[in-house]
Amino acid sequence: MAMIREMGPRRTERVQMDRGATPNKSFDISTVTSWVRGRGVYVAFVVLVIFNLIVTPNFASIATLSTLLITVSPIVLVSLGVALAIGTEGIDLSVGSVMALASAFLPLYLGYGWPVGLSVALLVGALAGLVNGSLVAFVGVQPIIATLAMLVGGRGLAQIFAGGQSLLVTDPVVLWLGQGRPFGIPAPVIVAGVAVLVVWFLAKRTTFGRYVVAIGGNRSASFLSGHPVRRTLLAVYVISGLLAALAGIVATARLGASDPSNIGILIELSAITAVVVGGTPLSGGRVKVIGTVMGALLIQLISNTFIANNLPFTWAQVLTAAIILVAVYVQKGRGVA
Amino acid sequence: MSTRPADSGTTSGSLAWRERLFTTLQRRGAVVVLILVVAVSALAFDNFLTEQNLENIVLQGAFLGLIVVGMTFVIISGGIDLSVGSMLGLGGIIAAQTVQVFWPLALILPPLVCGLIGFGNGLLIAKAKMAPFIVTLAGLLGIRGLALALANERPIGIDTSSLFAWFGQGQVFGIAVPIVFVIVAFALGGLVLARTGYGRVIFAIGGSEESARLMGLPVDRTKVIAYTTSGALAGFAGALLAARLSAGDPNAGLAWELDAISAVVVGGTLLTGGVGSMSGSLAGVLLLSILQNLINQVGTLGSYAQQVVSGFFLIIVVVAQAYLTRKERS
Repeated sequence: MAMIREMGPRRTERVQMDRGATPNKSFDISTVTSWVRGRGVYVAFVVLVIFNLIVTPNFASIATLSTLLITVSPIVLVSLGVALAIGTEGIDLSVGSVMALASAFLPLYLGYGWPVGLSVALLVGALAGLVNGSLVAFVGVQPIIATLAMLVGGRGLAQIFAGGQSLLVTDPVVLWLGQGRPFGIPAPVIVAGVAVLVVWFLAKRTTFGRYVVAIGGNRSASFLSGHPVRRTLLAVYVISGLLAALAGIVATARLGASDPSNIGILIELSAITAVVVGGTPLSGGRVKVIGTVMGALLIQLISNTFIANNLPFTWAQVLTAAIILVAVYVQKGRGVA
Repeated sequence: MSTRPADSGTTSGSLAWRERLFTTLQRRGAVVVLILVVAVSALAFDNFLTEQNLENIVLQGAFLGLIVVGMTFVIISGGIDLSVGSMLGLGGIIAAQTVQVFWPLALILPPLVCGLIGFGNGLLIAKAKMAPFIVTLAGLLGIRGLALALANERPIGIDTSSLFAWFGQGQVFGIAVPIVFVIVAFALGGLVLARTGYGRVIFAIGGSEESARLMGLPVDRTKVIAYTTSGALAGFAGALLAARLSAGDPNAGLAWELDAISAVVVGGTLLTGGVGSMSGSLAGVLLLSILQNLINQVGTLGSYAQQVVSGFFLIIVVVAQAYLTRKERS
């Protein structure tokens, strides 16, 4: 199933190219449009970079680049999990609240040393994912509702456990995760980069990744083919929970304090935007890891552009909305409905 | 009010009543739970059944209720509208900015503008065949941005002496005006959904869009009307809320789309479309409102616990629904 879906668009592309190739190999517009369709996010990103190079003062600097990469790291981390969930024709709205949960639990157990603190925070994320995944895989609750309940309830829980307070984090190892710069590269960027590689490998090079797109393509067919549908779904939501917890840890470390009221608020919207703009269809059956990263970079670059040029930030939101619509509309030719 | 068109007749006699019980519970579950919750709260809290408290509960749910009426149509048709919270914010801002010019404009323009945006959503969904989730997600972001930009990110005050304020704060026969509007909206919505051809088409599209199209039903037009209604109601709710609070707040209605979806789902409407009722949605709104009221009455629970209870409540309801639906099918 997954193979066929993968093959489909590529084959039509090739046919188009053959037809368009005239004997004198002249420039063919249909090849270009079909190429742009699949990679609209890259094109938009390049255009925005060029725009910035011309308009924004001091854009071409290491500082600008590192600000962009640091601010985008938490979004990239949660987007990867959301991309997997969307690949199975699901969704994970709870990522922001799971970030808050991890942030709330991290300082509570740091007294036992950083390994315990980090493990507990990650464990809480995995547990939240386990609850989401169980509801989706075993009870048959729709992903949007199961994770919506976690979105509403999770942040409340985080605030209860943190006592409604923001607690300082002083452990040097944890702080390094947010503020360290090994070889001049910010640590959050390294964390996000490693996560991208791991998820890319999982999605593209493992049986698990095949199962994910197979379930998203056609769940009943996947089940009838003997794929471990429930186990895979459970794993997807646990991974998403873990990644969100990691994002919560990084964000907390950057702040130097837990902040369950504000950390990760509304990040689910950025994540879904990044995934969709990156070319993963909401109807499942395909996961675009690198596209997702580019989508996250694109939306972060939009807001950075507005901030750098002292434009009202609210218009960045309007522009992002327009870009979502255009990106999805353009990609529709490739089956992104 | 009707739920699903053309119920299949029950087959075996001994199982028939159990089957019917499960079906009724799944569809009327929200109403049953609502009655139970009211009964228990009336016994547990002395001042629960006072006129004052009941009015508070209904008033609290009135603005959300208007949104829920539109959301019910959209969800039964198999779609979703995430933009309603932002529409409510925009509606309030438009009302606050036009009320000084000529106060009736503050009542007419918000539903008109938001209805137009909803119309745009509907066109993108029905004609351009884009996913409702994406289109209205873009709406959620863009419309909120627009509301914030129009208001310079600050709430705009409304003169309380204006006649417009009466629509939020006044009373008709002792009932607060927003409550009157929400009652009318639910009554009309229920009537349209259960007793008109338009309502039948909504159910048909939610059941199977492809079949509805093959039967020659006006699928595109019906969807566009549903999203337009949803937008217009959200804009109107925003205007009423602004009149109630004497201010248009660009951040009003933040995350209300989630509350509205919860209310509809708690009311027994399936997110997959094709099944649902307006009475269920009304019960859903009231349940959410009562839940909040009870948590306030207990007093020892903070706003954080409120979120946890809401999330937990939502899960219990959908798990029960999933269980009953499965029973019904087997």
